[in-house]
Amino acid sequence: MTAQTAQTAGPGQDHNPLNPPQTKAVDGVTAARQRWMSVLARTPRTVLETKWADTYSDVKWSHLREPQIGMVMVRGRAGGAGQRFNLGEMTVTRCAVTLSDGTVGHSYVKGRDRLQAQYAALFDAIMLRDGSACDFIDDLAAAQANAKHEHARKVAATKVDFFTLVRGEDE
Amino acid sequence: MYVAVKGGERAINNAHRLLAEQRRGDKKIAEIETDQIEQQLSLSVTRVMAEGSLYDRDLAALAIKQGRGDLIEAIFLMRAYRTTLPRFAFSKPIRTADMDVSRRISATFKDLPGGQILGPTFDYTHRLLDFTLMANSEDPLDAPSGEHPVDENMPRVLDDILNYEGLIQDEPVPVDDTAPVADLTREPIKFPAGRDLRLQNLTRGDEGFVLALGYSTQRGYANSHAFVGEIRYGTVSVEIEPEELGFAIDIGDIELTECETVNKFKGSKTKLPQFTRGYGLVFGQNERKAISMALVDRAMRADEMGEQIMGPAQDSEFVMEHSDNVQSTGFVEHIKLPHYVDFQGELELVRRMRAEVEERLAKLEADEAKSQPEAAE
Repeated sequence: MTAQTAQTAGPGQDHNPLNPPQTKAVDGVTAARQRWMSVLARTPRTVLETKWADTYSDVKWSHLREPQIGMVMVRGRAGGAGQRFNLGEMTVTRCAVTLSDGTVGHSYVKGRDRLQAQYAALFDAIMLRDGSACDFIDDLAAAQANAKHEHARKVAATKVDFFTLVRGEDE
Repeated sequence: MYVAVKGGERAINNAHRLLAEQRRGDKKIAEIETDQIEQQLSLSVTRVMAEGSLYDRDLAALAIKQGRGDLIEAIFLMRAYRTTLPRFAFSKPIRTADMDVSRRISATFKDLPGGQILGPTFDYTHRLLDFTLMANSEDPLDAPSGEHPVDENMPRVLDDILNYEGLIQDEPVPVDDTAPVADLTREPIKFPAGRDLRLQNLTRGDEGFVLALGYSTQRGYANSHAFVGEIRYGTVSVEIEPEELGFAIDIGDIELTECETVNKFKGSKTKLPQFTRGYGLVFGQNERKAISMALVDRAMRADEMGEQIMGPAQDSEFVMEHSDNVQSTGFVEHIKLPHYVDFQGELELVRRMRAEVEERLAKLEADEAKSQPEAAE
């Protein structure tokens, strides 16, 4: 993808009032950006910091918005699907950066790590500019998926298997 | 009434230094680190986040350390901290149906699709003290892994199984799903309170209070006989839609516990009977709170269900005005602060009343003394 297409995909999207946000269709470019932003939000600062220092230390950039700590009010739905309600807040840090060519990167990440938010915004900008952190993002995504898979296997070992008991009686 | 007092600064400073010294305890023993609290006292962390109404594990761990393990003090610290932060956004409603579950059980269906997943639970332990923990000889055991991970898409007991036959009431979704959502952190609670406000109040309510009220509904102070349809605990991702982006982004995962209860049915001669619902959702792993919340949520739906109010758990005003432990502790504990002026007033009043009574008694006695000799004659 190119930086141009990705940038126009953001705020320029249709806002159809009949289409609630949950079902809003996103184009492929936005979907790709959503994926890498989600991966970056889950990556510890040290990993991002190291990769940046190793690969992008000569990139010129500036803060468009300094890292800022705030909150997001998390909402739930009664019964999981009914009326919305405010569940409670979570801490979130956001940041926006501009690369020397004008590419703007954004981040919103859980927690209060300003540098994590800053590097997440920088990698967002790099991905928009030339996609050169693609492999890095893929590796992070694979590691996150693997950790999730391993956890889900441990959880699966605690599944009650009634049928095993029945089979045991048969033997 | 509390009247401000001056003075005592040195005593206050010294009291705080003594507090700090006692918090640290015996210096021969290693100081506890907040990381250790975050990892090893994770259920305390969970409770402080839920009732402090701020999801941040590190801050909760710090608050617990600072509060010397007094969780209500820690909750108070979290509440105070959250007032210093700006609110960037409201999340899109989280989807508990998509939760990556660490635990999922149903007390109503044995063989449910996806299975009964026990996860990390105290259930079925013998509640015997484990002295190996005291000897610090606990090996960090690796839990065994199953061959396959748990199912990614677990059907929901109430919506996908019971409701399939229309056996349970739907959760009503307002016609206008973009209507404002009540927020007790911004506006004072007004009655009658909508379900949105009630659920927000319960999820940050004191665990002990909500537990006791939930228990009261089971003991007959609200007849809403409940089964646990489903409990799930795990992580969900949180999404927001920042204005500058114009599309939704995922900002990370939070842990939640959700409980859905199946309650006594409702119907009439012309309406098919259906089970009714109670809902509990809390930050972190806290099943006790989630179940209690669902019981009280159902009890507070009495008006909506046309039920007679028989117990305190059904009285929204009673429940919501007393569930907040920071508010409660503030008012209960403030009576220990100097009330000297106030008390001086009371003291004077009592002294005056006593003097009046004494005077009257003395007069009566004198009258009696006067009349007695006559009677003797």
